[in-house]
Amino acid sequence: MTSAQFEIQLIASLVAIACAIPGTFLVLRKMAMISDAISHSILPGIVIGFFITQDLNSPLLILLAAITGIITVVLVEYIQKTGLVKEDTAIGLVFPILFSIGVILIAKNANDVHLDVDAVLLGELAFAPFDRVLAFGVDLGPKSLWVIGSILIITIGLLIAFFKELKISTFDAGLAASLGFSPIGIHYGLMTMSSITTVGAFDAVGAILVVALMIAPAATAYLLTNDLKRMLLYSIGFGVFCALSGYWLAHGLDASIAGSITTMLGLVFLLVYLFAPNKGVLAVIYREKQQRTEVSLLTFLLHLKNHSEESERHVNHLNEHINWQKVRAKTVLDLALKNNMIQFDKNIVSLTTKGEAFTSQAIDYIITNEDGKIEHMKEDFFLFRG
Amino acid sequence: MPFLSGLKQNIMSNNIAVQIDDLTVAYNYKPVLWDIDLEIPEGVLMAIVGPNGAGKSTLIKSILGILKPIAGSVSIYGKPYDKQRSQVAYVPQKGSVDWDFPTTALDVVMMGTYGSLGWIKRPGQKEKKAALEALEKVGMLPFKNRQISQLSGGQQQRIFLARALVQNASIYFMDEPFQGVDATTEIAIINILKELRKAGKTVIVVHHDLQTVPEYFDWVTFLNVKKIATGPVKDIFNDDNLTKTYGINYKVSIQE
Repeated sequence: MTSAQFEIQLIASLVAIACAIPGTFLVLRKMAMISDAISHSILPGIVIGFFITQDLNSPLLILLAAITGIITVVLVEYIQKTGLVKEDTAIGLVFPILFSIGVILIAKNANDVHLDVDAVLLGELAFAPFDRVLAFGVDLGPKSLWVIGSILIITIGLLIAFFKELKISTFDAGLAASLGFSPIGIHYGLMTMSSITTVGAFDAVGAILVVALMIAPAATAYLLTNDLKRMLLYSIGFGVFCALSGYWLAHGLDASIAGSITTMLGLVFLLVYLFAPNKGVLAVIYREKQQRTEVSLLTFLLHLKNHSEESERHVNHLNEHINWQKVRAKTVLDLALKNNMIQFDKNIVSLTTKGEAFTSQAIDYIITNEDGKIEHMKEDFFLFRG
Repeated sequence: MPFLSGLKQNIMSNNIAVQIDDLTVAYNYKPVLWDIDLEIPEGVLMAIVGPNGAGKSTLIKSILGILKPIAGSVSIYGKPYDKQRSQVAYVPQKGSVDWDFPTTALDVVMMGTYGSLGWIKRPGQKEKKAALEALEKVGMLPFKNRQISQLSGGQQQRIFLARALVQNASIYFMDEPFQGVDATTEIAIINILKELRKAGKTVIVVHHDLQTVPEYFDWVTFLNVKKIATGPVKDIFNDDNLTKTYGINYKVSIQE
């Protein structure tokens, strides 16, 4: 690995971390689309800043772009507050207009300078190591590394200082306000940080990848944990993993680094979306199937308990009476047998002592409206789950 | 000494916990609350009743500074709310938050301690202990590590109540705490509210079920954009005021 390769991966990883932190809160606040809006509409800020400074990494440029980001949020909220259009419509109105102003500014004035729409949209991480910081003739590393490194340090500092405030105003803005934590202040603080991060990151990775790095890792982490701190750590982990693996994917395919990282982000999300232990699609399907079987079992046992007459408990009668398909009836019967809930006597089914106890307790809970306790009961009675 | 204790009681009940003068709140020029004057004495368990859109939640939110009124003033024990935050606890409507938020029951209750911590400072062992005690009080200690989406509606409401208890305030505002809870939880909640009153706290509840007003509360405010009436339940909870609040010939059978 050359030092340029190392630097690219380092920048990509730092960008991933800097994006994952505000991204987690944006996802929880259901504001993912706002990051998309910010990433596009900061273009005029960048262009104007570039005309003034002639330097893509100037702090003034970052400042102007961040201000444009805030203007976007304010405009969206203002339009939304009139009640004439919904939030998604307001976002869809504001950012293309600001973005197009940026596009026109570039086309009119910057034909011959190093700033074009492609670079803004897609970025080019591969070139990041060529633009270096020199002080007194000493090479201090790539400029992008300095920019994103500073932003990351500020982000982490703010996160540690205001973690509690961010959490409470995201979860319950009303309570936050009544306790004297300004949720509006926190909101605009988060928006400012998201804008600054977007500008800092997007020179390296482009507008589209910035959005992916903010939203995808947080959305993936959300499916895996019920703890905010862990969600932050997982987001960071996924972001860095995709940054590094994406880099090597691009290296192997000789393709765009930004594109490959985004592809990895999509891939990882898809895997987690399908296979996450509790919230994943497969887990949900499995759980629903299991619940269906368990409810069927309970219905079946209740039926046996309710009817002492043999005709109601004959195997053939059960099949037609409860009206289940063969497969389902067999699953339920097997489960009941395996758990020692029922016994057969010449095709007559009856409850065992254990089956009696289980059924009576279940009825008790259902009558007293404490359905929740049935879950615990299952752990006591079931050796095998359906 | 019955005389002295009687005197003390008298002084206590003469204290005004919440004073509202000429409060008007509007959304888009339409008044939601109109020129409300209201005095809430210390130590009452008060229901705010009124039809949908009467401004009940708005009244609470304006008292707590969550909404800005166009006119009027609110004082808590004679001072503006900003100066008295630590005296006040708030239980918002259950539906006002996202219960899929990645956090546990204990963590939500801990949020009640954030106000006394102020900015930046983090909760420590002391706050955790207070939160556990509050969970115990509402019977939710066994669920402390549950993710909040895995709690039933009644359990979520108890968590909200515990979060208010942990603030150890003098005045409690609750927005429909009985919304969507089962009978057991309703009884558990009202018992805790009665305990709070016994401890000299003032409890103000937005309430929907008129049948239970005489049983649960000792003070009531009728509200429908304007204040219709306020006072002791036994004096003013009658068909006349109900009709004025809810419209034509509203009758409720009040159990004697």
